[in-house]
Amino acid sequence: MVLSEQDRRLIAEIQEGLPLTSHPYLEIGSRIGASEEDVIERIGRLQASGIIKRMGIVVRHHELGYTANAMVVWDVPDERLDDIGMRLGNQDCVTLCYQRPRRLPDWPYNLFCMIHGQNKERVLHTIDALVDSQKLGDIPHKVLFSGRRFKQRGARYV
Amino acid sequence: MSTPAHIIDQNLGHREEKLELQLNDLEKKLLNEFQKGLPLSPTPFADMARSLGTSEALVLKIVKRLQKSGVISRVGPVIKPKRIGTSTLAAMAIPEDQLEAVADAISAYPEVNHNYEREDQFNLWFVVTAPDQSHLDKILKDMELRTGYQVLNLPLVKPYHIDLGFPLWC
Repeated sequence: MVLSEQDRRLIAEIQEGLPLTSHPYLEIGSRIGASEEDVIERIGRLQASGIIKRMGIVVRHHELGYTANAMVVWDVPDERLDDIGMRLGNQDCVTLCYQRPRRLPDWPYNLFCMIHGQNKERVLHTIDALVDSQKLGDIPHKVLFSGRRFKQRGARYV
Repeated sequence: MSTPAHIIDQNLGHREEKLELQLNDLEKKLLNEFQKGLPLSPTPFADMARSLGTSEALVLKIVKRLQKSGVISRVGPVIKPKRIGTSTLAAMAIPEDQLEAVADAISAYPEVNHNYEREDQFNLWFVVTAPDQSHLDKILKDMELRTGYQVLNLPLVKPYHIDLGFPLWC
């Protein structure tokens, strides 16, 4: 989808958050010279085209006390990768799930998922429960908890 | 008997810190329900209130309070990062006593936007973005030459998850 100038101005206005008022789209519209109806219709189109992945309340999990973050990497036989990847990706507790290449001999793991929790014990418990419920006992995995953050820069669209 | 002032302060500070994280049932429900999506209507907060069985004024008050305390980053879009080019996740195995120095060298590349430690033999993880594959390969090579350590290049092959926000019940 090609973004029009009006789409860009709209994204620039809403990417930091909607105004917390009864009619947020009316206010956004007044800033960019569009009607409330037009703003809603454009947001709907940007969602349908995938540029807006979702509109919602965006929480900071660190501030909510979810400070433990584990990357769990699995060495899945290639023929079972799609099945296991899709099942893990659909679990409530899994926030990201990707296939990445193996780099043998140092790195045999080809499936990566991210699990957040309030502390390491709870995250490890969640992982144990996943291994149980998804019958992954025969899939080698390892858990990499995050430590210091050296650099973090958020993505912006416009 | 009076309590020394500094101890009272400590206690208050502690209690306030705990209070920030304590959400009531309505607040939890609000966060859980509406991370996934907002009603795309002229009055999203009134619609949210209706589905929660409360008032628009209270929903706005809660959202404002949680935004002020930092729990809510924003009520708005999660936007697909602009992909003008290519990116990869990379990792390095660095001896502990050199980790900070190597991390600084990696962070200094403008092509790196996330760079963090993980508890593993591969203890430095970072995301590199570049306009094209040859530029990306050049950066990774340069990192190896500059630091003297090998880079594990782990680009995304296939995504398996659906982004529905952050699960608060795990």
